[in-house]
Amino acid sequence: MQENKAKNHRVIKHPILPAEAPCDVSIFVDGQEIPAKAGEPIAAALLTAGIRIFRQTAKKGYPRGIFCGIGRCTDCVMTVDGQPNVRTCVTPVRAGMKVETQIGLGRWAE
Amino acid sequence: MNEGVKFSGIPSAQELAAIPGIAGPERFEQGPVAVIECVQEIPCNPCEKACPFGAITVGQPITALPVLDEEKCTGCGVCLAKCPGLAIFRVHKNYTEDTALVEFPFEYLPLPREGDTVACGGRDGAYVCDGKVLKINQSKAWDGTTLVAVAVPKQYYMTVRTIGKKKED
Amino acid sequence: MSMRKVQAIVIGAGPAGLAACIEIAKAGGKAVLIDENAKPGGQLFKQIHKFFGSREHRAGVRGYDIGNQLLQETEDLGVEVFLDSPVYGLFRDPRGIMVSYMQDGRERALLGETVILATGAAENALTFPGSTLPGVMGAGCAQTMINVNRVLPGKKVIMVGSGNVGLIVSYQLMQAGAEVAALIEAAPSIGGYGVHAGKIRRAGVPILVGHTIKRAMGRDQVESVEIIALDEKFQEIPGTEQILSCDTVCIAIGLTPLTELAWLAGCQFTFIPSLGGHIPIHDENMATTVSGLYVAGDIAGAEEASTAMEEGRLAGIAAAEALGLYDEAAAAPLKASVWARMDALRTGPFGQKRHEAKALMLETAKGGTK
Repeated sequence: MQENKAKNHRVIKHPILPAEAPCDVSIFVDGQEIPAKAGEPIAAALLTAGIRIFRQTAKKGYPRGIFCGIGRCTDCVMTVDGQPNVRTCVTPVRAGMKVETQIGLGRWAE
Repeated sequence: MNEGVKFSGIPSAQELAAIPGIAGPERFEQGPVAVIECVQEIPCNPCEKACPFGAITVGQPITALPVLDEEKCTGCGVCLAKCPGLAIFRVHKNYTEDTALVEFPFEYLPLPREGDTVACGGRDGAYVCDGKVLKINQSKAWDGTTLVAVAVPKQYYMTVRTIGKKKED
Repeated sequence: MSMRKVQAIVIGAGPAGLAACIEIAKAGGKAVLIDENAKPGGQLFKQIHKFFGSREHRAGVRGYDIGNQLLQETEDLGVEVFLDSPVYGLFRDPRGIMVSYMQDGRERALLGETVILATGAAENALTFPGSTLPGVMGAGCAQTMINVNRVLPGKKVIMVGSGNVGLIVSYQLMQAGAEVAALIEAAPSIGGYGVHAGKIRRAGVPILVGHTIKRAMGRDQVESVEIIALDEKFQEIPGTEQILSCDTVCIAIGLTPLTELAWLAGCQFTFIPSLGGHIPIHDENMATTVSGLYVAGDIAGAEEASTAMEEGRLAGIAAAEALGLYDEAAAAPLKASVWARMDALRTGPFGQKRHEAKALMLETAKGGTK
């Protein structure tokens, strides 16, 4: 679990867009509770919390994060509620979701 | 060294001198006027309809450069917020004896306050001089675009084109 | 097996797909719109800048407002929309074209008398040492994050690519509160509109033409990049390396049309680099070489949202004509007015290349069908 040293990355005030609504739910990332907004992509909640490393590659354990943001490249897959290889850039947040950094191809929950 | 908008993103003096969107030097002496720094033929014409005095003509094809009629232009500034390229400015060279007024679109936060002394920048964003914020103009019809008017030393009327972004604390 | 049959199935709910549905519904036809995403609108809702074009193209209106207008229109016209429904198959069938898709975890299928593919395009990746580090991402991905999801993907960004996407996303990253340390471009000049470049220059962003990224560095995410100058033959000039600190690298080097379904349907293709590569051959009605199958928007050549909407309208009108909803006399002026607006968008130094590429496409289509 990476430390959230930076300030919250949410864009609250914006010169063009209306003020952003606050987070309304929590999800758990590797056991740690972070605030999120129901319906936003999981990846957005992670980036808001300053988490950028979503998984490690199978052979060399290299870090990977979000890349395409439209559900095509699968660089951002994580284990969500026990299911591996979930594309976090297009999967919406639900309250209480359990998200885990995926190691390699991941493993199904028992 | 390659100069001009294709290489630096900044129109060169020659490019600005060659376009039909900028009034002649005498017109600047007479009062506020729009300065349309549109130097490339792109498909765009909202400025034409924005002017209530019919002072801006694009015509056909819509890639033609906007032509400013310096007689018809009253310097009202209505066109500034309508340009998707944020390339129209309002300049009043003889705003006071020593200062010129330059107004430009500004789409960042935080906004300065009227009366603030701010760092004014040129087309490359580099510091030119200090200026005083005269007016912060906002309108629902402008859809989020704010117009900021600053008073600057007169010699910078064709140099100052923005203010520095303030750091958010 | 009895399968539901509709007059038109439109795949992809971006600007092209929405515009196509609107035209079919206006002609009195029944269109079903299918999209894999949870929300319709495609990439329009992250476009927060005011669009160019003419008044007919809603110039001066911000992209997301155009998106909302299109959605409202499809709703008012009663277009049926399936969301969260990825299409995975397209089969020619004596009764029409069968479209297979997933919905609620189940396989489903629909028959369309006509099908319009408006699947869009995906951003091109760029490979360099460190390009897989977290923090390196598509510029469009960053744009979605700041403008739709309202989160900064990083605080200090290097933008790679000076087309309109690279220029606009740089501007919008700053509007969202990030710093853009530099924009680099391998070509000797800026690719996009000077006015977009001017906005970020006024904000103090250096634009380094004739430069490329050599590598991204960092232990487990991007911490800096090394850039290097290129000569006019795109060869690196030793000794010009610079290290720039950053936490994010955005890649904006072009788009590739998403053509899988067109390949699957057996469309003939042609290769036109200036339109993004392999493109399904299509005629002046946006009709492919497969009977009843049309394309519109970036799948027919990556351009911009304004042209995508026009192509969607054209495909919709042509499909309506093929369905017998318009006779030739009614369809001709409608199509002519779309063509006039598209031609206007494809003029000038920036549009000429696309105009020529599209003309080449029409030539190819004529050659292929004769």
